[in-house]
Amino acid sequence: MAYVAIADRDHDEEHHDPQTFITKYVYSQDHKVIAIQYGVIAIFVGLISMGLSVMMRLQLGFPDQFSLITPENYYQFVTMHGMIMVVYLLTALFLGGFGNYLIPLMCGSRDMVFPFMNMLSVWVYLLSVIILLASFFVPGGATGAGWTLYPPHAISPGTPGTDWGIILMLVSLAVFIVAFTMGGLNYVTTVLQARCKGMTMMRLPLSVWGIFMATVLGLLAFPALLVAAVMMLLDKILLTSFFMPAIIAAGENVSYTGGTPILFQHLFWFFGHPEVYIVALPAFGMVSDVLATHARKNIFGYRMMVWAILAIGGLSFVVWAHHMYVSGMNPYFGFFFATTTLIIAVPTALKVYNWVLTLWQGNIHLRVPMLFAIAFIFTFIHGGLTGLFLGNVIVDLPLSDTYFVVAHFHMVMGVSPVLVVFASIYHWFPKMSGKMFNETLGRWHFWLTFLGTYSIYLPMHYLGFLGVPRRYFAMGNTDFMPASAQTLNASMTIAAIVVALAQFIFIYNMITSLRSGKKAGPNPWGATSLEWLTPDTPPKHGNWGDDLPVVHRWAYDYSVPGQEQDFTPQTVPASEVPVGRDHGVTHS
Amino acid sequence: MTVTLIFLAVIMVTVITWLLRQTLNVQPWVSDPVADAASGKSLPTHTKTVGLTTFLAVATSLFALFVSAYTLRMQMVDWRPLTEPNVLWLNTALLVLASVAYHWTRSQAVKGNLSGLKIGLVLSGTLSILFLAGQYSAWGDLNESGYYLTSNPANAFFYLLTAVHGIHLLGGLYVWARSTVSAWRGGDAAALRLSVELCTVYWHFLLFVWLVLFALLLST
Repeated sequence: MAYVAIADRDHDEEHHDPQTFITKYVYSQDHKVIAIQYGVIAIFVGLISMGLSVMMRLQLGFPDQFSLITPENYYQFVTMHGMIMVVYLLTALFLGGFGNYLIPLMCGSRDMVFPFMNMLSVWVYLLSVIILLASFFVPGGATGAGWTLYPPHAISPGTPGTDWGIILMLVSLAVFIVAFTMGGLNYVTTVLQARCKGMTMMRLPLSVWGIFMATVLGLLAFPALLVAAVMMLLDKILLTSFFMPAIIAAGENVSYTGGTPILFQHLFWFFGHPEVYIVALPAFGMVSDVLATHARKNIFGYRMMVWAILAIGGLSFVVWAHHMYVSGMNPYFGFFFATTTLIIAVPTALKVYNWVLTLWQGNIHLRVPMLFAIAFIFTFIHGGLTGLFLGNVIVDLPLSDTYFVVAHFHMVMGVSPVLVVFASIYHWFPKMSGKMFNETLGRWHFWLTFLGTYSIYLPMHYLGFLGVPRRYFAMGNTDFMPASAQTLNASMTIAAIVVALAQFIFIYNMITSLRSGKKAGPNPWGATSLEWLTPDTPPKHGNWGDDLPVVHRWAYDYSVPGQEQDFTPQTVPASEVPVGRDHGVTHS
Repeated sequence: MTVTLIFLAVIMVTVITWLLRQTLNVQPWVSDPVADAASGKSLPTHTKTVGLTTFLAVATSLFALFVSAYTLRMQMVDWRPLTEPNVLWLNTALLVLASVAYHWTRSQAVKGNLSGLKIGLVLSGTLSILFLAGQYSAWGDLNESGYYLTSNPANAFFYLLTAVHGIHLLGGLYVWARSTVSAWRGGDAAALRLSVELCTVYWHFLLFVWLVLFALLLST
């Protein structure tokens, strides 16, 4: 066990350890380096994906102005944008990036429990990204089947990328799942088995709870995608008929018989819906910690927050068919899935109330991370409420395949988690780098992103109500769409370009701050959880120097009455400073 | 999907009940000397045991989903059941013996009997490799009798399920090879014992999965 060996080593010896650049930054088994590798790769593909969305918006806003964007390209952009954002950016960044960085530090351990497997995880993830990006350059280009990859069209002639693109996409997903499983086993086992003394599960910050539960969901749900990918690969390469029915494609009979595309849809959404919560739960957890820290107040209803995470995790496995209302199903099934979908809104709403109540009468510091965190509450309420519309079969049917759905899921699982990503990067950047970011640039980034994304997605709901269909390359001349719909589309495109450009402010800010930012100090926000209490900033290999920390309280002792300092770190014993609700009673 | 749902319900209920028990009657916002003394390990077992258990949950989810896909696809009209080759009975016996051999190896490891351990490792490894060879010959038999991969989904599922199970066994054999090398080179005894103990669990798991798959293949 690598981390034991490091723990036992003499501190000076560790300090002078001859480490080459390669072992320190490339083949590193240190969870912090792995986290940053995950983060950099994920943000890199995220930027590519953002570029693709700008291309799509250019076509939608100004149709036929750009000869570069053909209908085939458009579908390839749509597909790759969706898949990259959901799987290769958000899942990888939240679990591989933040999970790796925060779990050992917040739990008070020296590293993940299986560091070698953790290192393999990031390299296999990189491999999956390379395979995915390679599909742009193969004959026929990337797949244009839509991010859901539904058969039969995903592998039938006529869809872009049916030669090689779809194969590379499916292989890349399978490789990604292997990488995720290796990482996920680490996250779960580390949270369960490697916490420091005194760190009970109920003293863990909510970030760890969110990441932990999301990993459990991922470990159980990703196999569904693997099964679907493997069977579709066999259908494509070896001509089996798991999913492929007997059809005529491009004027010719295919050699397939009798397969059922609905089976693929079940498998896909059996993964696909928990995936929404794989992205959302870490965001829920991390935003709770950012809100409590910058409002100088304990999180409202900590236990309720934990229970809500557990409830959402459990329920997320029994709502998947609400993505399939239009595929045709027994009305009783529709009723069942609509009911579970509405029930899952209860613990989710509970979390929203608790965030708002955490802010109430708090000592709110509107620093950049807090701005992003509060903005998340707005966008999440917005996206969550439109989810209630779509969860009802009767409302979903007319709105299905319109821009209302696009607006809903971008609001709830695009903009909202990304705002938390930014909140978290700004919040933990001083610890990761030891430097402060530029506050002014951060504010510019925030306002452009927040107002910009609202000007994209708010009007999009209206387009949906008009009945404007999603996925169309061009709308053509139709009676039901007024000319103003096109004007709206153009304005949304301009907003999208502004938001995309604003992200370069963020990247510029991160790079310049890393090189020449002010020194941050170990705990610039006055936070209580363990990652702010490391002896070095940024934390060194092994995290804690000679002795592991010992925990005496929960992570939310902010503004305890009667105390001079408005925060009490988790390592301070109750005999020195009373715990939050002890009301001055000291324990000897 | 019923199979998967039932399985997942069981896992989720177990996980969530266990987690809930950590949260009930706990008030983290007051001081708690009992919690201060808590070790930070949730389960009194080795970390690698927890890792393996988690992996078994993932693998079970994978196989349960394959079984669900099988039962769903089976309902389509073009499904023509195949006659399973008789060699599968022999293979099943081999895998049972491999599992028993690993169990015996484990008891030798616990006793600290190195020569017994070596015999046990060779025995369980050989039986497992014979099982894989037997599965491969079953594929040959099917092909000869005209049950090609593409001619019917029932055949395709047979090849697919046996392949996925075989790949999991191959992964186990990689760990088996490492512990066998370590046994001969006189590696760390405690690490070797743990490796054998975990492999035993994994072999029992794969035997259980195979029995379920075999029963499913025979009955349909």
